[in-house]
Amino acid sequence: MSTLLEVRELRKYFKTPHGWLHAVDNVSFQLEQGKTLGIVGESGCGKSTLGRTILHLVEPTGGKIIFEGEDISQISKRRFKELRKEMQIIFQDPFSSLNPRMTVEDIIREPLEIYRIHKTEDALRGRVKELMDTVGLAQRLARSYPHELDGGRRQRIGIARALALNPKFIVCDEPVSALDVSIQAQILNLMQDLQEQLKLTYIFITHDLSVVHHIADNICVMYLGQLVERAGARELFVQNLHPYTKALLSAIPVASPHQKSERMILKGEITSPINPKKACRFAQRCPHAKEACFAREPELREVLPNHFVACHYAHELNNLSE
Amino acid sequence: MAKITTPAMERLRQAEKKRGAEKPGRSSAAREVLHRMTYNKLAMAGLAIFLLLVLCALFPQVIAPEGYDDQNYARAFTAPCLQFPLGTDSFGRDILSRVIWGARTSLCIGVLSVSFSVLVGGLIGAVAAYYGGKLDNVLMRLMDVLMAVPGFLLCIAITAAFGSGFIVIVWAIAVGSVPSYARIVRAAVLTIKDSEFVEAARSIGASDVRITMKHLLPNCLSPIIVQATMGVAGAILSAAGLSFMGLGVQPPTPEWGYMLNAGKQYIRDAWWIVTFPGITIMAAIFSLNLLGDGLRDALDPKLKK
Repeated sequence: MSTLLEVRELRKYFKTPHGWLHAVDNVSFQLEQGKTLGIVGESGCGKSTLGRTILHLVEPTGGKIIFEGEDISQISKRRFKELRKEMQIIFQDPFSSLNPRMTVEDIIREPLEIYRIHKTEDALRGRVKELMDTVGLAQRLARSYPHELDGGRRQRIGIARALALNPKFIVCDEPVSALDVSIQAQILNLMQDLQEQLKLTYIFITHDLSVVHHIADNICVMYLGQLVERAGARELFVQNLHPYTKALLSAIPVASPHQKSERMILKGEITSPINPKKACRFAQRCPHAKEACFAREPELREVLPNHFVACHYAHELNNLSE
Repeated sequence: MAKITTPAMERLRQAEKKRGAEKPGRSSAAREVLHRMTYNKLAMAGLAIFLLLVLCALFPQVIAPEGYDDQNYARAFTAPCLQFPLGTDSFGRDILSRVIWGARTSLCIGVLSVSFSVLVGGLIGAVAAYYGGKLDNVLMRLMDVLMAVPGFLLCIAITAAFGSGFIVIVWAIAVGSVPSYARIVRAAVLTIKDSEFVEAARSIGASDVRITMKHLLPNCLSPIIVQATMGVAGAILSAAGLSFMGLGVQPPTPEWGYMLNAGKQYIRDAWWIVTFPGITIMAAIFSLNLLGDGLRDALDPKLKK
């Protein structure tokens, strides 16, 4: 499998009245064709900004985005318009991501109109019909408006719009977190089916760990704009090395009244993402924090094969040999 | 294009077969809006009155019993009767005929000046909100300068400077109301420009022009339409005011506001000279407001019943 997307030291800072907000800070990862990379973290840790920066919906402050061997972090608008056919996004909220004044059909055909992919009206209509079939939307809904449909159907419209240009790569920005649990499963299954059929590569952004366990091949755990742990999905759930990951995973609800879950409850405030100090950003809430954690910023190190952690004491805390 | 099958797709295909799939057709959006409006009786009443006035404006020579300037002192101050349903004025001119001829002047001034200010103001507001930053600041401060001058004073200044032709009056009235449209559109665009569907449009490669025309402006239509219909009414009144001061349409051109003002000195003895042009102005404004409300509702797909 070849590498489809590589992100190197990607940074996105926002200017605020109080200083620079480090939304995404030195994030690096590789993503192979046909795989799914899960990005998890709590609200406000920069997951969505990361996804949007890769797609140039937000301009990156620094770092490199390499898509199919080409550095796309600094390319012209016109060239990027071509690339948009390859990379798409599915949004979190199917209520606000669809224009309320456009019908289902209009929404799905808009990308096709913009790129003038189909020469004739018939071909265009045929493609819209095919897309609606693909995502499981009934033809009779073509003339409906988004507000007349339920959340699951709306999200299907969003998926159809993202698929319209035959992309290779899709950023899924919490695509199921606004949906009911029963519908979440439907949409997740649909997305997995589509991945198989169309050989799609996903970045799956979520705060729902059980979802990411279900769908991802690799997982990145983010905390305040930085990656704190990166590993294969199975590995991460069995052996997690970073204290934050441990706390995060202990928060997954257990579906059994008899099994007592051992919660690791984090105390303390989240460090401000505005002009953060050169230190471990998790130190203030970390139960194992020592002096070094407040003095130096930990680097993302390969502690186990293909398992990266950004913690000074990853070995000691997990009884691993250096 | 790869033919793909998902389980969801298969189920749907079968369901569609059973139902005997409907033919997906596309009719124009305008027709749909009109169709929805027919359910709103008040809006249809407004539309009827407005269309009547438009007919008067288009074909006064057919509808009006006399010309607008047929003077006859022998019949001056005739009260409403069978021959002159709305009476005659101080020159013995038939008021019904003058009201009908006057529709042309008043409606043209109202509609033209409002179209101008909606287009210019809307564009300025949309650009200011969409691009933000310095451009927003410069444009909106310019609008503030315009707003600082009382609207009617601006009209008087412009007509005094450029003479009192029809076109000048349209301009004079339009310029003064550009800022209010710019502000309305800017506020509306600001609230929706960060919404996800605008971001979605950018992610599928839509240009700024397309985003503005297809995503931003249609979603802030309702305040514009309400303001515009009221604006037409206001423009008709402004034109009347200008005519009264001798800066507007020059006599003998019939204009409702001018008729109202010319007749006011006879109000004790000949009430009909002022009353009927006044009622006409009221009817025009009333119909426009009903129409505006109806249009706003019809344009909003969420209110579809």
